[in-house]
Amino acid sequence: MADRTDPTVAPAEPSRLAQLRDSDLWHSFRGHPSAMFAAGLLVLLALTAMTAPWITPQNPYDLAALELWNSEIPPIWEDRGQWPFLLGTDVQGRDIFSAILYGSRISLIIGFASVILALAVGLSLGLIAGYFGGWVDNVIMRVGDVLLSMPFILIAILISAVATAALPPDLKSALAAPILIVAIAVPSWVQYARTVRASAMVERKKEYVQAARLIRVKPWRIMLHHILPNTLTPIMVAATLNFGLAILSEATLSFLGVGMPADQPSLGTLIRIGNQYLFSGLWWIVVFPAIQLCLIVLSVNMIGDWLRDALNPKLN
Amino acid sequence: MLAFLLKRTANAAFVMLAVALLAFLIFRSFGDPVEMMVNEQATQEDRAELRERLGLNDGFFTQYVRFVTNAVQGDFGISYRNQQDVMVLIAERLPATFELVLVATVISLVVGIPLGVVTAVHRDSRLADALQLTSIVGVSLPSFVVGILLILAFSVTLGWLPAFGRGETVDIGWWSTGLLTPSGRAALVLPAVSLSTFQITLVMRLVRAEMLETLRTDYVKFARARGVPRGRVHWVHALRNCLMPVITLTGMQIGNLIAFALVTETVFQWPGMGLLFIQAVTFVDIPVMAAYLMLVSFIFVVLNTIVDVTYAWVDPRLRDDTAKAGGSNG
Repeated sequence: MADRTDPTVAPAEPSRLAQLRDSDLWHSFRGHPSAMFAAGLLVLLALTAMTAPWITPQNPYDLAALELWNSEIPPIWEDRGQWPFLLGTDVQGRDIFSAILYGSRISLIIGFASVILALAVGLSLGLIAGYFGGWVDNVIMRVGDVLLSMPFILIAILISAVATAALPPDLKSALAAPILIVAIAVPSWVQYARTVRASAMVERKKEYVQAARLIRVKPWRIMLHHILPNTLTPIMVAATLNFGLAILSEATLSFLGVGMPADQPSLGTLIRIGNQYLFSGLWWIVVFPAIQLCLIVLSVNMIGDWLRDALNPKLN
Repeated sequence: MLAFLLKRTANAAFVMLAVALLAFLIFRSFGDPVEMMVNEQATQEDRAELRERLGLNDGFFTQYVRFVTNAVQGDFGISYRNQQDVMVLIAERLPATFELVLVATVISLVVGIPLGVVTAVHRDSRLADALQLTSIVGVSLPSFVVGILLILAFSVTLGWLPAFGRGETVDIGWWSTGLLTPSGRAALVLPAVSLSTFQITLVMRLVRAEMLETLRTDYVKFARARGVPRGRVHWVHALRNCLMPVITLTGMQIGNLIAFALVTETVFQWPGMGLLFIQAVTFVDIPVMAAYLMLVSFIFVVLNTIVDVTYAWVDPRLRDDTAKAGGSNG
């Protein structure tokens, strides 16, 4: 049991924080060093990415700040390394450390936004399909079937490539991030829709839902307040693991050249650019963005793995 | 059973028609095929005549039906970029992708199965913990990063293996294979390893989960009690019962591997279908994109259908319509 004498907690009703501290999830978290390590790492990576403009020595996209005589400097521990370029510079004199933090920000935002979009679409369509059934259900689930019968990465590439080709050139750069968010969300909503639909189909036959209908509670209220909370556990696990997948997908698309453009690079774009210098000995241009990408995805996946086990009633 | 078979086939056909509709829509909304095909000096009449000949003045539905009919016969038109028959272009590239996927699959089984058995048998050991952690790292490493790091280590630094291309190939009929020449085999190593990293971890995790269940069963306990050597119990008696799901996973993943090969092919400039597709995307070469999309989806759908039908054949409960509501693999 939690420590009730904790002075920060009001004695009458435990605060939200205290409730959290007393929950099974928190105890499980404290018992898993790998989950705590991953969470700490992710918080650190996210914080440094979000505060990039204030903590980096250089704004890597301000062309005026780049000096050509600072180009191709190796990392600081190498012989020709120079302060303040911790991880070296690229061929234009851009500080790799700064570029990585700015790039992480783009990668994290796109990954997060695409998961939120997929959740919003998947949960609403799944609830509607499961609650109403009939032809609505049929149409929604058939569209889902078709999406699942194509490889994830192929759908994302097609959407991104087609949307970019269709846009006028002056809008391409501004809309690159929204296009990617949609391109990654489209193949991923189906999983959420299927989960929530299965639960909605079970719940709508139960007596409390029938009773709610009798007293004319609106359908959307029944769906949101009564059916949705029943499925949140598996959805939460899926969303965490999909966050890692979304960051990977974004990086892959950008690496293939159908993602973020070179003037607002994500980590994938940085790796694509660095890849061109692989054979000229400038390994730091590609290796450090790659490591950062792996660290982000690894920490998200470790949290997802822990969450899946911690929330699985069979394992407790 | 026959009803299920028919239903599943109809379902697959529906999915393919939908994919074809998607491909057709992309085909129709991008660029004017006439402008892509004629040269600068073509007159207005030439263009009009070509337009009529290509059937671009027909209604939407007629054109869609024609698109599907042609696609079924393997006719996806002419590539905008190099004016060649799309199916010929893809057929040239198919062996490269197929060999890459095949070798990657073999690697994933040869490495993944033993690792899975070891982590299950010694589940609380340091070694198993380390391997489990490695498997999370394996899932988190993007395949292009693996490829780049492999090139950096084995091509740039050590100079042991080639970093791009397919090496020398030998033609057997229309199939060109790189497996028969030393340079072809050397060129295959890095791409196949980088494509298989993710698959290795999938196989390893599946084998581990299955083995953990099998090791609890009575027949394994009995075999141990009878004095069968440990190694034989684990690697022969128990493992054999875990292989069915592994075969299913491997079959279903082949479609994904073919799609994911396009990333590997880009990193290693491997002359397969995926590289062709990515180049087509860069040049908005719609016929090639449409053909690749339909071919890969077709392989995907066929594999899924085979797996579903085999399962229903083995387990009659799955033929029941209500049972598959939540779990169908589409």
